[in-house]
Amino acid sequence: MKLLVCVSKTPETTAKIAFTNNNSEFDTAGVQFIMNPYDEWYALVRAIELQEANGGTVTLINVGTADNDTIIRKGLAIGADDAVRVDAKPGSALFVAKQIAEYAKGKDFDIIFAGKETIDYNGAEVGAMIAEFLDLPFISFASHLELSGNVATVSRDIEGGTEVLEVATPFVLSASKDLAEQRIPNMRGIMMAKKKPLNVIPPVAFEDLAVINSYELPPAKTAVKLVNPEDMDELIRLLHEEAKVI
Amino acid sequence: MVLVLAETTKGKFKKAAFEAVSYGYQTAQLLGTECAALVLGTASGAEELGKYGAAKVYHVQDASLDNLDSQVYTAIISELVGKLEGTVVILSHSSTGKSLLGRLAVRLNAGSVAGVNSLPSVEAGVFKVRKPVFSGKAISEFELRSPNKVLSLMGNSYQPKIVGAPATVENPNVSVPARRIKVKEVKRVEGITPLPEAELVVSAGRGMKGPENWGIVEELAQVMGATTACSRPVADADWRPHHEHVGQTGIAIRPNLYIAIGISGAIQHLAGVNNSKTIVVINKDPEAPFFKAADYGVVGDLFEVVPKLTAAYKKFKAEQGG
Repeated sequence: MKLLVCVSKTPETTAKIAFTNNNSEFDTAGVQFIMNPYDEWYALVRAIELQEANGGTVTLINVGTADNDTIIRKGLAIGADDAVRVDAKPGSALFVAKQIAEYAKGKDFDIIFAGKETIDYNGAEVGAMIAEFLDLPFISFASHLELSGNVATVSRDIEGGTEVLEVATPFVLSASKDLAEQRIPNMRGIMMAKKKPLNVIPPVAFEDLAVINSYELPPAKTAVKLVNPEDMDELIRLLHEEAKVI
Repeated sequence: MVLVLAETTKGKFKKAAFEAVSYGYQTAQLLGTECAALVLGTASGAEELGKYGAAKVYHVQDASLDNLDSQVYTAIISELVGKLEGTVVILSHSSTGKSLLGRLAVRLNAGSVAGVNSLPSVEAGVFKVRKPVFSGKAISEFELRSPNKVLSLMGNSYQPKIVGAPATVENPNVSVPARRIKVKEVKRVEGITPLPEAELVVSAGRGMKGPENWGIVEELAQVMGATTACSRPVADADWRPHHEHVGQTGIAIRPNLYIAIGISGAIQHLAGVNNSKTIVVINKDPEAPFFKAADYGVVGDLFEVVPKLTAAYKKFKAEQGG
């Protein structure tokens, strides 16, 4: 079975968010980057588990510049067999999805995995876009996936519940928490990752339809108003009369 | 034309549907065009969407559309957009809308923005719209450069407004392709407003000391008609179900009121809740970082404060009722 896992690079979760170049670019100074947690912890690990159980290959794909190779090697250390990097600055979600779809076209991947969203742009768009480019079914927010032959049973998180769905391969899936358990790469994995193929390919030309003009930080919070713990009537009064939320 | 997908759950319109139609109506006003609503699957009261600004309501009454299949929904919406010369499609930023947005963007060759929280601006033909990024730690302004556009609207970020009368409901002549994804089962927690849609949320963390102590949290939530949530360590320890986990790797929410009980306020937790309109923090540690993000703070023992708050709310309700 052939599995493709799309991974993205994001700032680490506690990174300080600041902007530069007249607030038009994210300020990367001093920021540590990681593999997007939904891609690494859930999508990649579930793909590796399926490969371990059924045989086949797990290919990891990333759209980015050479400094992304560190996180790609980490993915190989966790257990992907090989990796592809589309050598381009990732623009909009549509740009990234186009690059991945172009690579995947005609390669007969059984399942294409993505994380449910990245923790920087929180769009959740790329998986759906790849599915549309390739005319494949798409199941988002998957928290459980079992395969029997070419039929997958998938649990999908919805508001206040879960859908249990059945779909035949090939399809695209986005991973939410609980799809798998995070794996920490071991020394053997890290050593092996150095020898695994990482192919760098050029991007296809594609014009972005959505561009970011500028960023701003949310208005600073006013100082907290402390309420006497003995006087909860006062808190209720404030919530009703001042905040007007009850 | 602005086309809004109005979502339902078990045949009833979600609050997010009215928000999206109101947002679509205002967007249409900005663009000098009309707003139409689209309803897929079993639903009653579709004409009511007219009150929120839909000049027309299209209802495709096919039970196979009761649950999302993004390919089927995309086929119907794009067929309708083609007939309407539609330009802006508005979705809710929900499990349905998020799964459709990207597909529609590709199909309609449209620029898309996921999770917008304010109205677009149109100046000299340039269409701009803002959305929170970096889990709410910043806001970015997008420019969409395509004739067709797709937006998803963050829940609880746009107040529905009644602007008109019930609309006529039309059954458009569109083809409904066969589903490739089969629905085996839908499990729902009944009787509780799901977290992404809740206006009031009562959330608790490690300060509760153990799952057996959650009674006071549940009582406060029940009295207020709020939905319960929890922090990540609590979900990881199985003190609470994982669907209650709010934060960077859980659900991001933006209720009107978020009450955090015994949660220290790690940056990853704040990322999921800092867009709440009002935040109340109850913690015995005055140094808890959450107080910096709070509007109101109570420094005290939660086991004493929470029951007092519940009692105070009951009293308030009784006074309001009387």
